[in-house]
Amino acid sequence: MATQLKRTELIFKEYMDCNALMKNVMKMGRDAFIQELLDSGLKGRGGAGFPTGLKWKIVKETNSDVKYVVCNADEGEPGTFKDREILTKASDKVVWGMALAAYIVGAKEGFIYLRGEYKFLGTKLRIAIDRMENSIRALGINFKLELVFGAGAYICGEETSLLQSMAGHRGEPTNKPPFPVNWGYLGKPTVVNNVETFVNTMIIAEIGSAEYKKLGTKASQGSKLFSVSGDCCKEGVFELEMGMTVQEFVEEFGDGDTKAVQVGGASGFCVPRKEFANTIIGYEGIPTGGSMKVFNSSRSMYNILENYLVFFEEESCGQCTPCRVGTQQLLRGVRAVKRKEKPKSYLDELLKLANTMKYASKCGLGRSVGNAFKSIIENFREEIVY
Amino acid sequence: MNNTVNITINGTPLQVAEGTTILNAAKMLNVHIPTLCHHDDLCVAGNCRICVVEVKGDKTLVASCATPVKEKMEILTNTQQIRQARKHILELLLTEHNINCIKCSKSNSCELQTLALEYRTDEELFLSLRRESNPDMSSYAIQKDSSKCIRCTRCVRTCAEIQGVNALTMSYKGMHTIMTTFLDKPMSEVVCTNCGQCINRCPTGALIERNYIEEVWDAIYDPSKHVVVQTAPAVRVALGERFALRPGHRVTGKMVAALRSMGFDSILDTDWSADLTIMEEGTELLSRLKKALVDGDASTALPMFTSCSPGWIKFIEHIYPDFLPNLSTCKSPQQMFGALAKTYYAEKKGIDPKNMISVSIMPCTAKKYEANRPEMRDSGFQDVDYVLTTRELASMIQQTGVNVNTLKAENYDSIMGASTGAAVIFGATGGVMEAAIRTAYEIVTGREVPFEKLNIIPVRGFEGIKEASLRLEKVKPEWDFLEGVELKVAIAHGLANARNLVQAIKDKKVEYHFVEIMACPGGCLGGGGQPIPTNVEIRTARMEAIYKEDEKMPIRKSHENPEIKAIYEEFLEEPNSHKSHKLLHTYYTERNRY
Ligand SMILES: Cc1cc2nc3c(=O)[nH]c(=O)nc-3n(C[C@H](O)[C@H](O)[C@H](O)COP(=O)(O)O)c2cc1C
Ligand code: SF4
Repeated sequence: MATQLKRTELIFKEYMDCNALMKNVMKMGRDAFIQELLDSGLKGRGGAGFPTGLKWKIVKETNSDVKYVVCNADEGEPGTFKDREILTKASDKVVWGMALAAYIVGAKEGFIYLRGEYKFLGTKLRIAIDRMENSIRALGINFKLELVFGAGAYICGEETSLLQSMAGHRGEPTNKPPFPVNWGYLGKPTVVNNVETFVNTMIIAEIGSAEYKKLGTKASQGSKLFSVSGDCCKEGVFELEMGMTVQEFVEEFGDGDTKAVQVGGASGFCVPRKEFANTIIGYEGIPTGGSMKVFNSSRSMYNILENYLVFFEEESCGQCTPCRVGTQQLLRGVRAVKRKEKPKSYLDELLKLANTMKYASKCGLGRSVGNAFKSIIENFREEIVY
Repeated sequence: MNNTVNITINGTPLQVAEGTTILNAAKMLNVHIPTLCHHDDLCVAGNCRICVVEVKGDKTLVASCATPVKEKMEILTNTQQIRQARKHILELLLTEHNINCIKCSKSNSCELQTLALEYRTDEELFLSLRRESNPDMSSYAIQKDSSKCIRCTRCVRTCAEIQGVNALTMSYKGMHTIMTTFLDKPMSEVVCTNCGQCINRCPTGALIERNYIEEVWDAIYDPSKHVVVQTAPAVRVALGERFALRPGHRVTGKMVAALRSMGFDSILDTDWSADLTIMEEGTELLSRLKKALVDGDASTALPMFTSCSPGWIKFIEHIYPDFLPNLSTCKSPQQMFGALAKTYYAEKKGIDPKNMISVSIMPCTAKKYEANRPEMRDSGFQDVDYVLTTRELASMIQQTGVNVNTLKAENYDSIMGASTGAAVIFGATGGVMEAAIRTAYEIVTGREVPFEKLNIIPVRGFEGIKEASLRLEKVKPEWDFLEGVELKVAIAHGLANARNLVQAIKDKKVEYHFVEIMACPGGCLGGGGQPIPTNVEIRTARMEAIYKEDEKMPIRKSHENPEIKAIYEEFLEEPNSHKSHKLLHTYYTERNRY
């Protein structure tokens, strides 16, 4: 197997003098650094891909004496485990990235919303926080960082539910607008970024946007961590340049018998073999928070789809109709078709329903259930029906 | 910040204030957008998604109830995508819904049903997810049936925002999401005040009143029973709405005629016992003031709170038990009436009280609970046997086939049927206060209240918390301890406002002598037993009608009611006498906090 994929080594690079980087940014000035972020083309690594520089700029420019910085470490997408790796191996870079954000936007308090199952990382993180807080105090920056633990709901990774959960409410998405950048934690302007995003801002502070931009493609700049699992020859977390095709990915990681790759987890897309060569992993193709699940020909795509739908039926927050009831109908619907209780044509009704869910749901969860559903039904219809 | 923005809706240009929602902007053009989770009285939820519309340039549809307009927004409300989404959403809701409409008392007034008819959802597009109906009948007042819940959270928001009670909540997630109570306890065991505001805002039949219609018909048709009925002040200004009359159309006399035609043996008036309440409560207030000001008795609790609203009573028992001594010991007018019906009335009419059935018609669901309190049996029997809401009465009238609109007005029977303008205003927030001041001021000074036409305007209106004060001067010699005293009063309606007011009193931020609290927004006229729908315009119309009814009464002060004078002469001796304490006063109980 020819290895053509460009591996990068930025996130887990051993040494980073965070203190010196912070001083540099302070010398450079807030606006200049925001410009650096914008120039770098960095987009959020949590999945939604919002330009990070723009997010920070909006919060910086919003008038409020209280602002917050929140790190989304809820990592709940099935098949994603790269934030855990970052928090284990590069916790300093995360907390410094948050301090950087706080300095830029003018926040004095921050929180890491940590997936409940990652409680064991708490001590490590607290030590990193203490170290960072002591150093920045010496730089004259006043920033306090705290840990908050999630309770196991996937939906609490969605930023507005995360903020609701932090405030002690039911973890349910709220209407957008208002967006967290204007009306976030406790109604104050809030930066919410993924773990990996914060680390990337530190990398940009270190190497500069010009160097950073050299990685990746025009639409997807920089490198990205991928959580590789499934029927593959090597699994784990890999830092790769963005913009590769699924074909290139499969050649490196597949077991030689790859039938499909689920890019982006349960809420992502299923790419069948015939599409490998012309599907780009990145914002111009299929964006991903990092989850790459490889399936070989021994797998039943029906089982895979059913598994995702069971997940969504449970993990929908349940507040909006298209998602709460739609997920149940999709699951029961494919089961009924499989058992021949409904005709094959019922799948077409379900595809229409998936379309409604995509357009009418309140948040990203309901809107993305249709991704996996549609891509599996359309590409593996015979496996669902027979 | 009152900028306007330019938008188009289906191509029609429109200028609206910044911050207006798409839904409200569309209303201005008479473009109807269906809604379910939206209610004018409540904050925006945006969860049913039936109101989705298309905004040019947006990747998804947006909820029009939750999306403010922006400059140059181009909005479409009727595209294939939108229609498909709405139809799907309705179909989805119906797959969860108990569609046994014909057996549901909200049939014909159910918002889900209306939309289902509009969208012709007669074919089952998807699989049934219906679960068995197993309604919670534990409460005397409210019946909760989850199989009819569409998870719109209107009840939850009502309970939290308007009432500050939080008895109802959303629980579980995903497919299991449901409106329920703390730990799924029965309604009778939680902080629910029985106010019924949730019922008034439920779009379906998930929350309705417990109805006692058959029990009342049975009593009416039982020849061995003498059935008396009392009607609360706020019923007469709302009942007409159920007979296609505009809100605020008063039907007092027609209602009496209808009740008579239904076969009640005696048609009497809660307004009469409202006047009696003023005598008892006014006297209690004056004696509390005397104890505090003259005797220096530190144990006398002030301010004194009114006790007419059973939702408020249950609220304070749960949430502010420290303040129970501040509650007037007076029973509510309904219960005073009940205790006297089976004693005084029975005696005067020569009827054996064990053969009497006492029914009341109330704008209220909490009254159903109140009537069933174990302490409400001072006549030796259950003082009030059945409580019907305005809505239940409307149904009963419909069953008789009587056309209310063409009935000739009739008068209440006697005794216990005569009343004053001071009594009818009990139905509006501030009304008890106004009635009390009209009487107490005159007792103390010997003069009428110094307000034009007796209308004490400062205590009227919809403001959540109202304050007023009145200086007592040139008082009669026996009240000289009140000379120069500035009587300070406050009024709150809606329990969220009540909570704020009591907390401010607790924190010693404010000080009053007398405080009126009504559990429901607008007072009883906005009660949980009133016709549905409810909104600010409807409540305003009812309030205007209440004050009109007051102005047209020949007597407008409680102490001048001849039947009240008579009962003190013949039966009770004087306000707060030993006998009235036995029959007309009560005590309260501390309750759990969940
Ligand atoms: C259902 C759902 C789950 C999500 N889960 C996560 C998550 O676990 N971690 C995360 O960083 N972002 C998650 N997101 C994305 C966040 O809402 C948000 O976009 C992100 O935290 C922003 O940070 P970024 O711009 O750095 O990516 C989720 C979104 C949805 C709709
Ligand atoms: S789309 Fe699903 S998860 Fe999102 S708000 Fe609606 S029910 Fe909740």
